[in-house]
Amino acid sequence: MPETRSARELFLTFARIGASGFGGVNYWVRRILVQEKRWISDGEYLEGLALGQIIPGPNVYNLTVMLGYRFAGVRGAFAAVGGLLGVPLAVLLVLGLLYNRYSALPVLQHALAGMTAVAAGLLLANAVSLAAAMPRRVLPWTFLMLAFVGVGVLRWPLLWVMAALSPFAMASVWRR
Amino acid sequence: MTEWLALLWHFLLLGSVAVGGVSTVMPDMHRYVVDENAMVSSREFSDVYALAQAAPGPNALWVTLLGLQARGAAGALATTLGILVPATVFSLIASALHARHADTPLALAIRRGLAPVALGFMLASGWLLLRSIEQSVGGYALALIALGVAMGTRLNPLWVMAAGAIAGVAGFV
Repeated sequence: MPETRSARELFLTFARIGASGFGGVNYWVRRILVQEKRWISDGEYLEGLALGQIIPGPNVYNLTVMLGYRFAGVRGAFAAVGGLLGVPLAVLLVLGLLYNRYSALPVLQHALAGMTAVAAGLLLANAVSLAAAMPRRVLPWTFLMLAFVGVGVLRWPLLWVMAALSPFAMASVWRR
Repeated sequence: MTEWLALLWHFLLLGSVAVGGVSTVMPDMHRYVVDENAMVSSREFSDVYALAQAAPGPNALWVTLLGLQARGAAGALATTLGILVPATVFSLIASALHARHADTPLALAIRRGLAPVALGFMLASGWLLLRSIEQSVGGYALALIALGVAMGTRLNPLWVMAAGAIAGVAGFV
């Protein structure tokens, strides 16, 4: 497993992943790293994703840092991240400048209203699929409802709600 | 400067607890930048979220657009670093510890225990975006259609976003 890749190769590979990742990067990570380049196996990819779910922050980003580190140390991690983020950040800055200049235009306002509705639906679809996979037990659903009501309805600070709920939520599933 | 540091600090804190992805902490970003500090309007908040879906790369980068709209380039730097620095540090620590498997007792407790909490937060994010539709029946219908398409098909979300933009321009929302 002590395979190494140059920082340059990591940068270029993740730049491809970042630039192709319209509508979700995960698909391209798997396609390029597992199927095309065979840098990691499917099992390693899934384990990386599972680890990424424990670490706070964007899942794909965390996977990128870990793979970059594995192939070329800290330098590799930053090379991979630079590649992943370069193109998307440039596109976002252009979108931001355009928005700043033209957001008063009625046609753009209407388009954005439609896109917001769709974005809400897509986000909820993601949450509903995950909720459907949750165990049908009282305790997890109680934590889910408390988190939703505290942050979504009562609009309490998320850090407080998290600090109050997470010790109990984690204790409820603790196994030695 | 103090305002910038406070923004950076708040996003660093949120970045540090964003287990399950950045969409879980969206309601608290709204609370901070819209409700408490009026850096952007509620409309701008949902606009930049929707707009960012049109960019490639990790979805979480919409926070860059949020920072940019709130306080220009410096704001973009604060929100982006706030999310990415904790993610980088924790990922490097996990790597350095040779963490390969997500099945130690603590890892399992975080993954299974926090999943419902993170999911509750994510639903709150969806709820927040729904509220910004402002009682438009067409908007709710569009959100419902998008939900159905996303769950029922494997269509690239970008096409659904494009259809939403067209529906908006056509006066459906």
